[in-house]
Amino acid sequence: MNIKKIVHLLLQEAGIGVALLVCCIFFTCATEHFASMSNFTNILTQISINTVIAAGMTFVILLGGIDLSVGSVLALCTIVSGLILTRESFSSWQAIILSILASLVAGGICGLFNGVVSTKWKIHSFIVTLGMLNIARGAALLISDSRTYFNFPDSFIDFGALTFVGIPVIFIIAILFIIIGTIILKYTVFGRMIYAIGNNDEAVRLSGHNTNFYKVAAFVICGGSIGVAAIMYMLRLSISSPISGVGFELNAIAAVVIGGTSMSGGKGSLLGTFLGAAIIGVLNNGLLLVGLGDFARQIITGLIIVLAVILDTYRNKLSKKLESI
Amino acid sequence: MTKILELKGITVKFPGVVALNKLDMDIHEGEVHVLIGENGAGKSSLIKVLCGIYFPDEGSMLIQGKPYMPQAPIDAINAGIRVVHQEFNLLPYLSIAENIFFEKLPRKSGFVDFKKLYSDTDKLLKMVGLNASARTKVEMLGVAQMQLVEIAKALSTDSKILLLDEPTATLTDKDIELLFATIRRLKKSGITIIYISHRLKELFEIGDRITVLKNGEKVGDRLITEVDIPGLVQMMVGKSMHEEFQFRDNVKLGEEVLRVENLKRRESKYYNSFSVKAGEIVGIAGLVGSGRTENMRAIFGADRKESGEIYLHGEKIKIKSPQDAVKQGISLITEDRKSQGLVLDMPCSLNMTLTDPKKISTRGFINRQQERDVAEKLVKDLEVKTPSINQLVRNFSGGNQQKVVIAKWLFCGGKVFIFDEPTRGIDVGAKYEIYNLMWELAESGKGLVMISSDMPELLGLCHRILVFSDGEIVGEVQRKDFDQEKILHLAFKNYVEDKQ
Repeated sequence: MNIKKIVHLLLQEAGIGVALLVCCIFFTCATEHFASMSNFTNILTQISINTVIAAGMTFVILLGGIDLSVGSVLALCTIVSGLILTRESFSSWQAIILSILASLVAGGICGLFNGVVSTKWKIHSFIVTLGMLNIARGAALLISDSRTYFNFPDSFIDFGALTFVGIPVIFIIAILFIIIGTIILKYTVFGRMIYAIGNNDEAVRLSGHNTNFYKVAAFVICGGSIGVAAIMYMLRLSISSPISGVGFELNAIAAVVIGGTSMSGGKGSLLGTFLGAAIIGVLNNGLLLVGLGDFARQIITGLIIVLAVILDTYRNKLSKKLESI
Repeated sequence: MTKILELKGITVKFPGVVALNKLDMDIHEGEVHVLIGENGAGKSSLIKVLCGIYFPDEGSMLIQGKPYMPQAPIDAINAGIRVVHQEFNLLPYLSIAENIFFEKLPRKSGFVDFKKLYSDTDKLLKMVGLNASARTKVEMLGVAQMQLVEIAKALSTDSKILLLDEPTATLTDKDIELLFATIRRLKKSGITIIYISHRLKELFEIGDRITVLKNGEKVGDRLITEVDIPGLVQMMVGKSMHEEFQFRDNVKLGEEVLRVENLKRRESKYYNSFSVKAGEIVGIAGLVGSGRTENMRAIFGADRKESGEIYLHGEKIKIKSPQDAVKQGISLITEDRKSQGLVLDMPCSLNMTLTDPKKISTRGFINRQQERDVAEKLVKDLEVKTPSINQLVRNFSGGNQQKVVIAKWLFCGGKVFIFDEPTRGIDVGAKYEIYNLMWELAESGKGLVMISSDMPELLGLCHRILVFSDGEIVGEVQRKDFDQEKILHLAFKNYVEDKQ
């Protein structure tokens, strides 16, 4: 009985964690530089932005939706906030606070648009966010006149370079994000509604809830998290660019899917999403150290995504079987 | 007259239910044979046996003297039996011709032989009297025309026997004439038709012979010229049911809880009004599709209503969504608990508290201890059989699932409870437990409405019964006047009279 429970738990919750561990052990043995402090810091930096975007995406996917616009919205957020950050009329602290707020608001508004349009007119979010993908990119290019902003205040750049015992500050932001999100999803009424609606929209509606509110809220949360990710992007690279974030949506969706969240909604966790983002990061880094080129790495990452989903279906079947014993 | 189809002692059993009981039936070649019966009389089961979806537990069938026992729908098609279902099965973006020959497109060296396809289709369209090009896309057609396409599709496989299941349910009077002309034409060309319908009046126009089913048994078969409408209703009701429920008359009826005035839905031309008192169980009878469910959903705000007022304890309330209804204290136990009542892949405790999670939370955070206490109490009170409140409701039996649905409405403490087919698909033991729960609710002063197709259940449980017919409340029967025949007469009322 106990063994069964443990196996069940491993399959259900820790499957991805085990996979991550296997990857790490493999690369530690295969290369000499993988298991070094500097490389560790490197990986954490690389996965932070994707983690935050994927966390926002998880809310949307848990409701059976999808957000393809995250990359473009990130570019728009960096531009809006970069514009404020490089204004000389503000003091540097004023500029920093205003730019963070602006990024969050810009992301939130884009999310609000996605959410309202897709629920009000019952259009699949795939289409609406495909539209937003173009709208936000166009807006970013238009506002910036296709220029890149830099020359951010020193205090901003210094903050971005901070590390605590090898852990970069943007990774700490990402982890905080995952923890807060997990608390919301697991312990609040709001989170419970997200899962319930993802499972059976109509039953929740007929229980007397405004399901559209939650759907719009999920998109706004996703937009807000892109706002955060945009600030992290600027902290890391010290630029804001209208052509940043291309393809970010695919990495985010990959992290969510590898993390075991069901594309049809109702099942998944932010811990899974974080581990998914970590696996992608470790693979990218490790395969590079092994000596594979960009192209080969891309092929392997693609295969891993498909493999993860196949394993997920088996995992579900197996854990169901165990449950019925 | 030669017999084209003979059924001998056909029996179909499901756990706890006998759907068809030793049914004998003869269908003569070239006739229009009408099949009628109440909800649950066994009409659908019979269709499914004939077209190879159900396999009978006992009995045999003969087609033109040869044994016939379909294992799958394809066997029925090969034997020359085709069904035209009430719900159409057409692909809207393909042409008429492609729809008709979808399963067997004529081919020439690997490609579709369009010449043959269109000429074959034209022949069939002529047969059913549909004046349209074989190339027309199905989405361009009206309902009546789509039906003719369905019939043409059924004829495309050299069918000898055609089953029409409620073919006029969605047709206007003019379209019905068109359909009848087609049926007469088919009859002339030697095709046998089995015709199933609720609309008693039209049977006399089109039928030759009639078989009446009740509780899975044949009550009788007659020539259509030998019967009239009152006679048919009498046959469908059969002998009076023995009273198996102990009606509790210890409940003192209180003041009016719910009053609905002039409720009108966009899809219906009728305005309906009724009221429910505290402690009262108001039954709602009517055929499936007579607007029972639709009207209750409109009251609850699940579907739009065009007009109408709703009063709760004499006060007018606005209901635009289920959210409003729940806030005001109206509960709807939906017909389909799996897709509308429960979140199947979530725990029992979550489902039980789904109507008002705020009650078990503080500042947005769920209080697990409180949730456990609430769920465990409900499990105990309702005698839900489960090892744990964390069990997924998907693993529950029908009766226990229904109890979870009722529990979630008890949890949010409504004033009015609308039950839509609360005991459908539930075993007998659980049925009585649910009746008891309903009684307890009534005794505690709630107003109850119960939609049911199970007549004995309505007669046994309700203070009075409202009867729906074709979207209208056509009558109200008080307990002292309860009479199955009378109720059934009312249920057929708007289908019998001319719809001028």
